[in-house]
This record gives sequence, C-alpha cells and structure tokens, in this order.
Amino acid sequence: MGGVATVTTQQAGPRKAPKTGRFSSSVFKKSVMAVSGIIFVLYLIAHMVGNLKAFAGADTFNHYSEFLRELGEPILPRLTVLTIIRVVLLVAVAAHIWAAVSLWRQAKRARPIGYVTKKRVQQSYASRTMRWGGIILILFIIWHILDLTLGAVNPAGRDSLPYGRLVEGFQNPIVTIWYAVALVVLGFHIRHGVWSATQTLGHSNKRRERALNIFATAFAVVLIGGYLLIPFSVLFGIID
Amino acid sequence: MQLTLRVWRQPSPAVKGKMANYHLTDVSPDMSFLEMLDVLNEQLILSGEEPVAFDHDCREGICGSCGLMINGIAHGPEQTTTCQLHMRSFSDGDTIDIEPWRSGGFPVIKDLVVDRSAFDRIISAGGFISAPTGTAPDAHATPVPKVDADAAFDAATCIGCGACVAACPNGSAMLFTAAKVTHLGLLPQGQPERDTRVVRMVAQQDAEDFGGCTNIGECSAVCPKGISMETISRLNHDLLGALRAGGVPTS
Repeated sequence: MGGVATVTTQQAGPRKAPKTGRFSSSVFKKSVMAVSGIIFVLYLIAHMVGNLKAFAGADTFNHYSEFLRELGEPILPRLTVLTIIRVVLLVAVAAHIWAAVSLWRQAKRARPIGYVTKKRVQQSYASRTMRWGGIILILFIIWHILDLTLGAVNPAGRDSLPYGRLVEGFQNPIVTIWYAVALVVLGFHIRHGVWSATQTLGHSNKRRERALNIFATAFAVVLIGGYLLIPFSVLFGIID
Repeated sequence: MQLTLRVWRQPSPAVKGKMANYHLTDVSPDMSFLEMLDVLNEQLILSGEEPVAFDHDCREGICGSCGLMINGIAHGPEQTTTCQLHMRSFSDGDTIDIEPWRSGGFPVIKDLVVDRSAFDRIISAGGFISAPTGTAPDAHATPVPKVDADAAFDAATCIGCGACVAACPNGSAMLFTAAKVTHLGLLPQGQPERDTRVVRMVAQQDAEDFGGCTNIGECSAVCPKGISMETISRLNHDLLGALRAGGVPTS
C-alpha cells in the first residue's frame, strides 16, 4: 500500500443462518416459474392453432370447441380431458404466482434504499415489465374467461355459440383494443420468459445466448401475431 | 476541468444519509476517479470538514475494494473498476452523482463504504475445496480439458467487488455466487463438494437479503471482469441437479 494510511475497517457482520428448506431457495422458485411457464407456452401454442380455425368458418370453429369437450370419448366421459387441462393450468398459474410474489418480496428486501440516480445499461423493456405485466395478464385472463369461455361479459350472452361470442365481442373496437394491448403485454412476457426459463433451467451458455434471444423474440412475435389476427379480422369484417 | 459532485453522505449506519454538493476546480483529465476524490478530501480536510469515506486498496483494478455508483452506473461509464476509471471519461462542467452500492446484503457503514462481509459468508458457506495440503502437485498430474480450464479461469477472475449486486434491479448476488460455483465446479479438485457447495452458497446468498435472479443481465454488463451470464445458467444447472439428488442446505 506504499505507506498510504487510509484504512477502512469492515467488521464481520453476524453470520445469518441460511434457509434450510429445499423450497425456500430462490433458484428453486425460479425453476417453478420456468416449468409453469413452459406449460403456459405449450398451451398457448395449442390455443392459437385452435383460434385460427375461425378463418374456416362458424361450423368448423364451433365443432372444434365441441371436439375439445368430447376429446377422449368414448373411452373417457365428456369433459374429462378438458378438465384435466384446466386443472393443470390452474395449478401452474397458482405456482407461477406463488413463486413470483415470493421472489418479488425478496427483491424488495434486497434493495431497501433506492438509488438517487440509476441508469439502465443493457436490460430489455421485456425484462423490466415482467412483474407489472404479469399483473395485467392475470386480470386479462380472468376477463377473457368471463368473456369468451363463459359469455358472462360478452354481448352474445351465456347461451351463445363460441363463434357468435367471438364475432359479437370483437365487433366492439374497445374490446379489440383491450385484447390487443394485453396480447402485446403477453408477447413481452413470453419474450423474456423463454430466455429466462432457459437460463433458470441451466441450458443457456455463451454460444447459445444470442440464438436463444433471437428465438425468444421470433417466437413471441409469431405467437402474438397469430393471436392478433383474429380480433382484427373480426373488427375489419374479414370474419363475420 | 470543473466538476460538481453530488456525494452520498451518511455519518453512520443508524443515521439517515443525504446527497451533498461539492465543487471542484482544476481537475486533470488524467486523474483517476479515486484521485479526484482524494483531491476533494484534501479540500474538505483543509476547510475543516469530514472527508468522504470510500473503499479502495490496490488501485490497479485487481483487488475489488473500490466500487461506487457513478451517475447511476456501477463503476461508472466504462466497464472497469472505479480505480481504473479516469476523469477523461467526463466532460468539463459535468455534475457527477456518487452513491454507495445499494442492497439489503450491503448495509452502509459510512458515506460510500458498505459492508460486503456478506460475500465472505457466501464464500465460507461453500466457496472452497477440501484438498490435501503439501507441496504443489506436478502440473500435469491431473489433466483438465482446455475448454474447462479457460471457462473456470474466466469465472475465477471475479474480484468480488459487488458491482453485480449494485447494478441488479433485484439486488441479487447471483453473478458473484455463480462465478465462484463455476470456477470450482469446472475443475477436478472441485468435484467432491460440487453439490453441497452450490446448495449451501445459494442458501447463504438468499439469507443475506440479496434478491433472486431474473436474468436481466445488468450484472454482466457492468462487471469489470466481464463475467458471463453463462455462469448463472451453470449455477442453476448444478443447483437443480443437487436438489434432485436430495441435497438440502444445512446450517
């Protein structure tokens, strides 16, 4: 130190006892988010393919909806497969939210005093909006089920056919815009989610990093593009 | 150069801090950032004020002691340590905000000095190997693949400055812990404790009030040693494997 007399002492702070639960690890919680996220992504692919059947006309669309309810018949009773899918999704949603809330609280504890000045160096918009975006998405999903699955908030009413709810719902530009905004939020959520899940499950590395990020963006754009086609096609009278 | 500095002043951990303004004239662009702070402190001492406390040691960019949040970026505008940052990276008349690292795991001791002993406790939880001591073995006694040796060395360049924690929006220490887990986990000597190491180090990190990683990448972007996000993926891989194998952290 060349005779410089500046010394800063750092008292050894008290050793904090590590959390001993297997499920209390932040990395375990992240892997819960990643696995439940993968379940959502697989479901979203199937859901988008189903949606696109709206272009094949009312009969095909309504038949497909009925097919989902009859899936597995006659081996299994009606609605069995669909109910299993719904239960898996519900459990995944609950796990995703539990892990997110828990990690959000940990992150809050980890920065009790904020910076006066903080600049972003490389973070993406998508990564920054995961938490509030997630809250928008859960509200959207509740609305979406009330609207197109149950018909409770749909102008076509509860006793309508799926195609009728689709067309009557999206003829209202406000509904279409609300769906479009929520889908864009979903796109950002997926863009960071796909990349983050790969990291969390330990399958990213320096060589794959760039390709993974490009794939995540491309996947989100294609998926959300597929979803956006339907409401705007209804709004502009391509589907009626 | 003339500069206006806005520096975080906090006399002790218990007292609330605030930003204080100072004006400096005749700053040479060839000064390092820490030399500029030395000039400020000389000025403060001459006027009978309390000098600004900040951490520093080697001033060569290898010890990891220095570390300041400069204008909202850990270690300032260049991707290097604060001591290797020079005033030529700023312009005449600039206002520079200087703050300590902020994290639940890094409580402020005084002004810009934070207590980073949480890092030591993460290391003592598992950042070591239990190897027989004695004379150094022959260099070729235990062959290591070149790729592994390179990746382990890249991770081992971590100097533990804490910039990753400071820059992370979640206040997470993952890049630090991941660098240590990668460095030891890639080498043959690190294998016997590979599972317990990762489980115990992550458990200690969580207990020290650091946040969880959301793979944003701010850490790697400000790391003076350019530690890659790959190390975090490797830590996750090792931890999930260890949990599957039944590893549970013990105190």
